Amino acid sequence: MILHNLMEWMADTPWSVGLHESRYAYSIVESIHVWTLCVFVGFAVFLDLRLLGVTLKGVPVSQITERILPWTKVAFVLMVISGVMLYFAIPLRTYHNVFFRLKAVLLIAAALNAWVFHNGGMYRRLAEWDSAAVTPRAAKLAGAFSLALWIAIIFSGRMIAYNWFDCDKPEPAVIDLLAGCVR
Amino acid sequence: MLLPYFQALEAGSIGEAIRDSTWLFPFIEAFHLVGLAVIGGAVLLVDFRLMGLGLRRQPVAALARDAQPWLIGGVVFMIGSGVPLFLAEAIKCYYSFAFWTKMTALALAIVFSFTVRRRVALAGEAGVGPFWMRVVGVTSIVLWSTVGWGGRWIGFS
Repeated sequence: MILHNLMEWMADTPWSVGLHESRYAYSIVESIHVWTLCVFVGFAVFLDLRLLGVTLKGVPVSQITERILPWTKVAFVLMVISGVMLYFAIPLRTYHNVFFRLKAVLLIAAALNAWVFHNGGMYRRLAEWDSAAVTPRAAKLAGAFSLALWIAIIFSGRMIAYNWFDCDKPEPAVIDLLAGCVR
Repeated sequence: MLLPYFQALEAGSIGEAIRDSTWLFPFIEAFHLVGLAVIGGAVLLVDFRLMGLGLRRQPVAALARDAQPWLIGGVVFMIGSGVPLFLAEAIKCYYSFAFWTKMTALALAIVFSFTVRRRVALAGEAGVGPFWMRVVGVTSIVLWSTVGWGGRWIGFS
C-alpha cells in the first residue's frame, strides 16, 4: 500500500507526466531500450554460448570477459537507465503489472546467477579451462541458466506493454493477489 | 500499386488467426526480440573486431566463421517470426514509412553482409587495411541498426 501510494504520487510528478504524454520521448526511450537489448543480450548470449561450448571454441573465455564484458556493462547501464525511464513514465500501472513483477524476479535470478558464476570456484580456476573447447559442467550450467533467464526476461518485458491483467478491471483473485491490486 | 497485394496478404488466414488471438501477436513479437539479440551479438562481435575493438587478439576470419551460422540462423529466424507479424497488419505496414525504411535497410544489410563484409572478414588481415575494415564495420552497424530502429518504429506509427 505504501508503494502503491508512492507510485500514485510518482505518476503525478511533472517528469512522469511529461514522459508519458510526450509525442516522441517515450518512443525514443523505448527504442534505446530495444537497441541496448540487442547489444547487451547479444553479447551476453555469445558469452553463454561460449560457456556452453557451442561457439567461439577457439576464443579463450578470459578474452570474452576482458574484451567484451566492458561493452556489455555499458549497454547494461544504458538499458537500466532507459528501463527506469520507461517505468517512471507509467509507474502505477507498471507497479501492478504481473509481467513487470515476473521480470523483476527473473532479473534478480539472472543477477544471482551471474554473481555465483563470477565469484564461484570454477571461475577462479578459469586459467585451467580458459581455452578448452569443452567447458566444465558448472560453466555450462551458468551459461544455460543465463540463456534461459534472458529469454524469459525478454518475453516478460515485451508482455508488460499488454494490459491483459489490469487492476482497473475485474480479475480472478489470484491475479489480484499477484498484481497487488488495491480494490 | 502494391496496395492490392498487401490487402490480400492481410486478408489471408494466417494474418486473421493472429489478429483473432490475444496472445499470438505479443508472443511472436517476443520471439522476434530474442532473434534480435542473437543477430545483434553475431553482427557486433565481428563488426567490433573490424573496427579494432572487442576480441582484437582473434583473427577476423576465425571470428567471422564462428559468427556466420548464428547470423544466417538469426536472419532466417527473424524472417520466420517477422512475416507472421507483417501478415497480421500488412495494410498498416503499407502506409508505414518505418516499414519501408526497415525493408530497404534489411535488403541492403543482407546484401552487404554476404558480399563485401563477408569477403573482407574472411580475407582477414591479408585483405584490406585497417581503415577499410573500420568502414565495413561501421557500415554494417549502421545498416543493421536502421533495420532494428525501423522495426521498433513500425509499432509506433
